[in-house]
Amino acid sequence: MSRIASIEGRAIPLPGHDIDTDRIIPARFLRCVTFDGLGEAVFADDRRQSGQHPFDAPHHQGANILVVGRNFGCGSSREHAPQALAKWGIRAIVGESYAEIFFGNCVAIGLPCATARPEHIQHLHTAIAEDPQIPLTLDLEALEVRLPQSRLPVEMPAGAHRMFLAGTWDATGQLLAGLAAIREIAGRLPYGSPLAKGG
Amino acid sequence: MAVSRATLFDKVWDLHTVGTLASGQTQLFIGLHLIHEVTSPQAFAMLRERGLGVLYAERTVATVDHIVPTQSQQRPFTDTLAEQMICALEDNCAEFGIRFYNIGSGSQGIVHVIAPEQGFTQPGMTIACGDSHTATHGAFGAIAFGIGTSQVRDVLATQTLALDKLKVRRIEMNGGLRPGVFAKDVILHIIRKLGVKAGVGYAYEFAGTTFEAMNMEERMTVCNMAIEGGARCGYINPDAVTYTYLKDRDFAPQGADWERAVAWWENLRSDPDAQYDDTVHFDAAEIAPTVTWGITPGQGIAVDETVPRTEELPGEDRPLAEEAYRYMDLAPGVPIVGTKVDVCFIGSCTNGRLSDLREAAKLARGRHVALGVKAFVVPGSERVKQQAEAEGLHEVFLEAGFEWREPGCSMCLAMNPDRLEGRQLSASSSNRNFKGRQGSASGRTLLMSPAMVVAAAVSGAVTDVRALLEPTP
Repeated sequence: MSRIASIEGRAIPLPGHDIDTDRIIPARFLRCVTFDGLGEAVFADDRRQSGQHPFDAPHHQGANILVVGRNFGCGSSREHAPQALAKWGIRAIVGESYAEIFFGNCVAIGLPCATARPEHIQHLHTAIAEDPQIPLTLDLEALEVRLPQSRLPVEMPAGAHRMFLAGTWDATGQLLAGLAAIREIAGRLPYGSPLAKGG
Repeated sequence: MAVSRATLFDKVWDLHTVGTLASGQTQLFIGLHLIHEVTSPQAFAMLRERGLGVLYAERTVATVDHIVPTQSQQRPFTDTLAEQMICALEDNCAEFGIRFYNIGSGSQGIVHVIAPEQGFTQPGMTIACGDSHTATHGAFGAIAFGIGTSQVRDVLATQTLALDKLKVRRIEMNGGLRPGVFAKDVILHIIRKLGVKAGVGYAYEFAGTTFEAMNMEERMTVCNMAIEGGARCGYINPDAVTYTYLKDRDFAPQGADWERAVAWWENLRSDPDAQYDDTVHFDAAEIAPTVTWGITPGQGIAVDETVPRTEELPGEDRPLAEEAYRYMDLAPGVPIVGTKVDVCFIGSCTNGRLSDLREAAKLARGRHVALGVKAFVVPGSERVKQQAEAEGLHEVFLEAGFEWREPGCSMCLAMNPDRLEGRQLSASSSNRNFKGRQGSASGRTLLMSPAMVVAAAVSGAVTDVRALLEPTP
C-alpha cells in the first residue's frame, strides 16, 4: 500500500457546482463487469455537447489535478465515477466541497480530494486561465496547494488525511486485522444473521 | 445511572462499533449487506485478486434490478453487456454461497423494495449497499447508507466499514398533509428548502406527527431521498406502524424472538431529550404538490408556482439556475403547469411500491393517457406486481393507456432499454432529474409524486393533481 503525500503536475479546471456522478460517467457506461476503459468515457455526454470541454482541451491533456466547485460528485454511489477520473489520469482533486459517498469512494481508491475556500478555487481558476501549463503541487503534509507565486491552504477530514499519509487508504487489510473483535460484535448483536430466521 | 440522552443513530452506531482505526475512523459492523449486479462484480474480482473470501455470506442478500429489461425478460438478454452482468452476479452468488433473488424467483425486484417487503430490513440494523438510495431502509429505524464498490469489497471480506461518525440533524415536521400532497412532495419540499448539500456530514432524523402518521411505504419514500439532500442516511424512529408492517414477514423474528425484538426496538428510539447537532422545523400544511423544474432535486417548486427568476434566488444558486433554464428550456417567471410532457414514468425505489400504484390507479381509473404521451408503470418487485395484479390495478392502467411492465429500476437511471430519446421531457416518480439521467444526453426530467405523474399523463402536460381530486359534477 502506498503512502500519498504529495501530487505534482498540472491542473484541469472544471467550473460549475453540483456536478453529479451521472455526468461524470453516464449510466450506460456502467454496463460492465470491470472498471477498464472507463477513462475514455469520463464526462462523455458533457464533452459531446459542449464541444470545448476542459477534458478535450489540448493544453489540458496530461493534467492530473482536477479543480472543481461545490458538492462535486453528488448523486449516485457509483465508484465508476472516481475510477473513470483516475483512469483518465486524475491523481488528486481540489474543490470547494464534495458529496460524501463520492469522497469515500475516492479515498478507497487512493484519490485525495482536498477542500479549499471559494476565493482560493477562484485564484486557481485565474492562474490556470493565465497559464494552462502552470505547475502546481498538492502537498498533503503541509495541507496546501503550491503555485510558483503563491500557496493556498487546503483542508481534508482528519481520518482520510491520516490514511493517505500512512498509506492505509485501502482499508481491507486494517479491517481484517480486527477479525477477533468483528466476531465478538457479531456474536453480541441483539439480532442474528438475517437468513438464520424465517424462510 | 446516567440518563441516556442519545439519538437512535448514536445507539445503533455504538452497538455496531468494532473499534477505532489508526486513522481515527470507526470500524463499523454491517448487519445486512445488499448487493446487485452493477456495483458488485468488481468487488468480487478484488476479493479473488487478494485471495479473500466472504466472511459472513449469510449477511449478504442479492438481487438483479438496474439492468433488467422490463418488457421481455427472456434470457439471454438482447443486451449482451447486461447479460454478462447478470451472469457475473449468478456466478458470484453461487461461488460464495450468497442468497440471490433472480428474475422469476417470485421475489426479485429493486433491492430497496425487496429487502423491506421480505422483512430483511429491521430496526436497529446497520445496512449497506452499493447504491446511494440505501437510505430508504432508514424508514425502519435502521442506519443504512450507500457505499462504493471498494467498500462493497470491504463488507464482503470483513463485514465492516471504515467510517467517520455522522452528525444528526432532526427534521421535525408536524401536522397533516393537505389533499393531493404525498410523501414525495414532503421530501421534495424539504430538499427544496434545505438544499442538495446541506445534509453532507449528517444523518437526517425525520420526526414529528407528519412522519408518525405515514405508513411504512411513505416513510421509505421520504428516507429514500435523504441522499438527494446530501445526507448519506435518513431515518425514522420505529413505532407501532413499523412493527405492524414487519410482523410475520418472511425474515422477521418469530414467536418469543419477536417479543424480544420489539422490546429492543422500543429502547432504540431517540431519547426525548436527545442531543442533536441541528434541528429544523417544518409545518406540513405549508406543503403543496411539488415538482422540480431544474437539474437537481433541490430545484423544486409548488405546482402552482412559476419557475423562479434568478433575482428571487440566493446568489450562490443563480449560476445553476441559469444552466437549468437553458437545459430544461424553461423560462423564468413562467408557470410550470401546462409544460408539455412526452413520457410519464411510474416506478423506482422511491415510488414503485404497492401503495404508490394504488394511488396512481385511483386517479387513472376512468381517464386516458393523452394523445402522443408514452406512459408506463414499472412495479418495484415481482411481489408488488403480483399483488397489484391480484387487485386488478394492471387492468386499470392498461385501460387508461399505460403500459404495464416487469419489475426493475427501469427509466429511473435508464441502464436498461427504457430511456428518453432526444430532448423528450418526462414526468417521473423517480428521484433524480440530473442532466442525461434518464438515458438521453439532452433528455429532461420533472420529478413529482406518482399521482402527479398520472395527472400529467392524462393531461399531456404538468397539471395540479388537486384539480383531479375534486368531485366531478
